[in-house]
Amino acid sequence: MVFEGLADKLQGALQKLKSKGKLTENDVKEVMREVKLALLEADVNFKVVKEFIDKVKDRAVGQEVMESLTPGQQVVKIVHEELTALMGTTHSKITFASKPPTVIMLVGLQGAGKTTTGGKLGAYLKKLGKRPLLVAGDIYRPAAIKQLQVVGGQLDIPVFSLGDKVSPVQIAKEGIEHAGKHGNDVVIIDTAGRLHIDENLMEELENIKKVVIPHEILLVVDAMTGQDAVNVAENFNNRLGIDGVILTKMDGDTRGGAALSVRSVAQKPIKFVGMGEKLSELEPFHPDRMASRILGMGDVLSLIEKA
Amino acid sequence: TKTRQGITARVDQVLKSYKKVDEELLEEIEEILITADVGVNTTMEIIGKLRNQAKERKITEVENLRGLLKEILADTLDLNKSHELNIQPLPAIILVVGVNGVGKTTSIGKIAHRMRSQGKKVLLAAGDTFRAAAIDQLEIWGNRVGVDVIKHQEGSDPAAVVFDAIQAAKARKIDVLICDTAGRLHNKTNLMNELGKVRKVVEREYGEASKEILLVLDATTGQNAIQQAKIFKEAVDVSGIVLTKLDGTAKGGVVLGISSELDIPVKLIGVGEGMNDLQEFKPNDFVNALFGDE
Ligand SMILES: Nc1nc2c(ncn2[C@@H]2O[C@H](COP(=O)(O)OP(=O)(O)OP(=O)(O)O)[C@@H](O)[C@H]2O)c(=O)[nH]1
Ligand SMILES: Nc1nc2c(ncn2[C@@H]2O[C@H](COP(=O)(O)OP(=O)(O)OP(=O)(O)O)[C@@H](O)[C@H]2O)c(=O)[nH]1
Ligand SMILES: [Mg+2]
Ligand SMILES: [Mg+2]
Repeated sequence: MVFEGLADKLQGALQKLKSKGKLTENDVKEVMREVKLALLEADVNFKVVKEFIDKVKDRAVGQEVMESLTPGQQVVKIVHEELTALMGTTHSKITFASKPPTVIMLVGLQGAGKTTTGGKLGAYLKKLGKRPLLVAGDIYRPAAIKQLQVVGGQLDIPVFSLGDKVSPVQIAKEGIEHAGKHGNDVVIIDTAGRLHIDENLMEELENIKKVVIPHEILLVVDAMTGQDAVNVAENFNNRLGIDGVILTKMDGDTRGGAALSVRSVAQKPIKFVGMGEKLSELEPFHPDRMASRILGMGDVLSLIEKA
Repeated sequence: TKTRQGITARVDQVLKSYKKVDEELLEEIEEILITADVGVNTTMEIIGKLRNQAKERKITEVENLRGLLKEILADTLDLNKSHELNIQPLPAIILVVGVNGVGKTTSIGKIAHRMRSQGKKVLLAAGDTFRAAAIDQLEIWGNRVGVDVIKHQEGSDPAAVVFDAIQAAKARKIDVLICDTAGRLHNKTNLMNELGKVRKVVEREYGEASKEILLVLDATTGQNAIQQAKIFKEAVDVSGIVLTKLDGTAKGGVVLGISSELDIPVKLIGVGEGMNDLQEFKPNDFVNALFGDE
């Protein structure tokens, strides 16, 4: 079921249309229904799907499609184009402060991959010639500090910690001072995982933000997230004004519809994707690949090319 | 919380705004199920049953439809025989598996706490030798709830850890041995094979023990959870599910799909990060929560 892509279903729908030559509005409707189901199966949020389908429908019942010789393929092409456009452009960049250190703060739900991604980002920036410092701002999760220290040790990147008895706000503040003194030009703050509805812990993040004024607040999102991804993104974005998203665990076989949901509610770029547990497995985000993946349509594209 | 009220309000609004059971109403219910991650296929099946049974039983009042729907949903879950942990007769071994970051180690801490409060002798095995500080994390949980942890060094063979833990459990006359494993995505064949090896050790070395193989699923996960359940079941014959992070706003509706397609019972649910935040799974409560009635 999960792997039965849009391609098969569309092929069926298109087969029916072939004999007709021209598309009617009803034909488009039928094809769009398949697209809608494919998006839902890929975990794209319900509301986001509805808006998207309406938009595509408008274009698809237009002249360019109805009168083309391969109307079905035209529709799929439009779907893919619009989806890619919705994903935004390639944006795997970190905004560096004009006056160092650049401060990056990682936030997100429990277990999303913040600590691991902190290490990956550190490694990535080190390659760019930066001198990152990791700051252990999670004082709650058992062994969270140790985890970051092990990660830092593997990468030969220093880790700043004040233990788990000091407030994360204070840790962040002193971490930045420490960076200033030790010539670290990027500070990556790891924070504890939290629910977007946890009033106290969300306030804690606001307080960290107030004190350290990060240049980048990045929301770390598990690519396997379901319909709730929009609520998560909305809450974190409303409270903190995030600057971008990192999608993790993309090495799995999830369609990753959460990407579209998050992107569409927060309107912030997806900057990187996590492709594995190893600290080198961080990649730039490719909007077109993501669009194909969500639709499950490696084959659909070649279908279009043939047309 | 706000979000939950939002959903409750929406359901009631939907039901109130319809006088008769009709296709439009069914479509709105379909929407509610989809937004709870129930998935397209399972939702269609449920709506189909709802439509047919409403016709058969001549249900036209909206209020009665709601009852019927809950019945159908609870049935889907109840097909599962038992929601009890399979630990009788003692001694027992529980192997905990799942993808990365779902809450395996935390759930083990909670289960250990629960068993200990029931007066059982518990031992933990640090079978995640891969993730940074995974062993330390389990040890902190062990200290917190007052049970010992059998461990090797980071990077060592998890099957060897479990082997040692089983010998220790026998020697110390432990009631329940709970084994942690590293998170792994189900599409990584080598890692799934490694898990198969651990399971073989359990079978070979601890024949006399009752066995429970728990798959931990994150309630926030969408349709991929079905794939996780399918492949973990094939690899290690999962006997129960722990559904975590239900204290968020996600509804975990995907377990309906898993129940109807795979027949693996949900046994426990996680509702927070503390050691008491573990509950038995009650199908009816779950269905209510799916609808926002609490
Ligand atoms: N396969 C895979 N696993 C990942 C990826 N990123 C993180 N992980 C794993 O996901 C799990 C959770 O990662 P963490 O970095 O501990 O997540 P976190 O958000 O810091 O978790 P909390 O601090 O508990 O909220 C670990 O097992 C990581 O190894 C990824 O891109 N791919
Ligand atoms: N809100 C909430 N958080 C939970 C729950 N269960 C676990 N967590 C949190 O989720 C994060 C990951 O939990 P772990 O127990 O480390 O997950 P894991 O599956 O062992 O992770 P890996 O070993 O890295 O694969 C931690 O921050 C936990 O505190 C739950 O029921 N509710
Ligand atoms: Mg962390
Ligand atoms: Mg673990």
